[in-house]
Amino acid sequence: MAKETGIQRWKELNPGMAVTCPGNAAELKTGDWRSMRPETDCEKCIKCGQCYILCPDMVYSKNEDGYYVQNYYWCKGCGICARECPVDAIRMVQEVD
Amino acid sequence: MSKRIGIEVSLAVAETVGLCDVDVVAAYPITPQTHIVEHLSELVADGHLDAEFVPVESEHSAMSACIGSSASGGRTFTSTCSQGYALMSELCYIASALRLPIVMAVANRALSAPINIWNDHSDLMYARDTGWIQLISENGQEAVDMTILAFRIGEDKRVSLPVQVNLDGFTMSHVIEPLTIPDAKEIREFLPPFNPVLRLDPASPVSMGGVGLPEIYTECRKAQDEALRASKPVIQEIFDDFARQFGRHYKLVETYRTEDADTIIVALGSIAQTAMTAIDAMRTRGRKVGIAHIRVFRPFPAAELVEAIGGAKNLVLLDRSTAFAGGEVSGPVALEIKCALFDKGLAPKVGNFLVGLGGRDVTDQNFEEMVERVASAKNGDLPAYEFINVRE
Repeated sequence: MAKETGIQRWKELNPGMAVTCPGNAAELKTGDWRSMRPETDCEKCIKCGQCYILCPDMVYSKNEDGYYVQNYYWCKGCGICARECPVDAIRMVQEVD
Repeated sequence: MSKRIGIEVSLAVAETVGLCDVDVVAAYPITPQTHIVEHLSELVADGHLDAEFVPVESEHSAMSACIGSSASGGRTFTSTCSQGYALMSELCYIASALRLPIVMAVANRALSAPINIWNDHSDLMYARDTGWIQLISENGQEAVDMTILAFRIGEDKRVSLPVQVNLDGFTMSHVIEPLTIPDAKEIREFLPPFNPVLRLDPASPVSMGGVGLPEIYTECRKAQDEALRASKPVIQEIFDDFARQFGRHYKLVETYRTEDADTIIVALGSIAQTAMTAIDAMRTRGRKVGIAHIRVFRPFPAAELVEAIGGAKNLVLLDRSTAFAGGEVSGPVALEIKCALFDKGLAPKVGNFLVGLGGRDVTDQNFEEMVERVASAKNGDLPAYEFINVRE
């Protein structure tokens, strides 16, 4: 069985399209249609982790310096992180192409 | 031992479902299907059938419960018709897409409005694009046999699709017929326990019914279409297997006196039996008439049908429902047949007749009229379809 990436060929699908590999949404690139992306200004960031907690997807993770960084593979640009950041460290930037 | 008894066809279907060792029945009563469900509830309540009977609040809930039951590996049965079918229909698409071999008896009935509880094939045709296999019975014995076959076909791992068993409401469902019901042991020999390809099981978790984004939806539909296509030879193989065990042989398209016929009637369901009587009478007067009865409407047996009727000069194609298409194309049954013939480059003279709507009787005389109408018409004179037995 091919990896359940959501882009299989029809012959690779399980009967009834059943998903037999839990958590496989992590493999599906869902961040390819945003118009704005969040960018963090580490000068302002207080490492509170609100962006990590409130992101409805899996965009944020903590780096070795304790800052929360984005993985745009899943980011749809919803802007919740920027709206909720208590110190306005996150800014939504227009995607240019 | 099989026993031959006189029994109402609905009760015979219910008894057969019980003998098939069904695990879950979730159904809502609706005329003329009621006796099937009522009798199954009796069998469970009286301890004759070890199954879960779910008295749901609507047909929508019935099919929802059936999907859950079948997905978790239970042999599942329901029954409905007409408005009940319409209400459950959105779930029917899901049952087939999830490849769940639910069996549903449909006691075919007209659709409203006007409200009409009597027999025609409105619900059968309404269901044709839902991805279910559709078996059609002509008489009580066939309704019993198709019920057993439906479980075996649907649950075959090469198929894994839901199956409808169509029987004409009242004309069959409420008629007492002498018929043979196999015993439980014979059925067990023919129908192995349900062993699904995938099922909801905490030991081996799977998700069913996920979202399909534009990137995957087409592949899902292609896979489902292939499943229905691939079921056709399996259905015939299982019919043949049934014949070896029970001695009654079914085909995707049944024929009667078609070998030398220049005029062939094509019909679905119990009126095919009336047609046979009419054909015998017409034959005594020298008219070379035969009939092809479509046993399996989905997957549509186009090749078998063309083989059966392709040599005829005149075709009398019967539709027992109204398809509101504007008058310039035929009814649903005739449309399929014309397409099948066109694909083979055949263009016989075709009359398409809408008959037996909402319980209107179709008589021997009607068959003779339709046959004469096509035989005497000039090519190109016949309309896309016409109503028979309508007061002008």
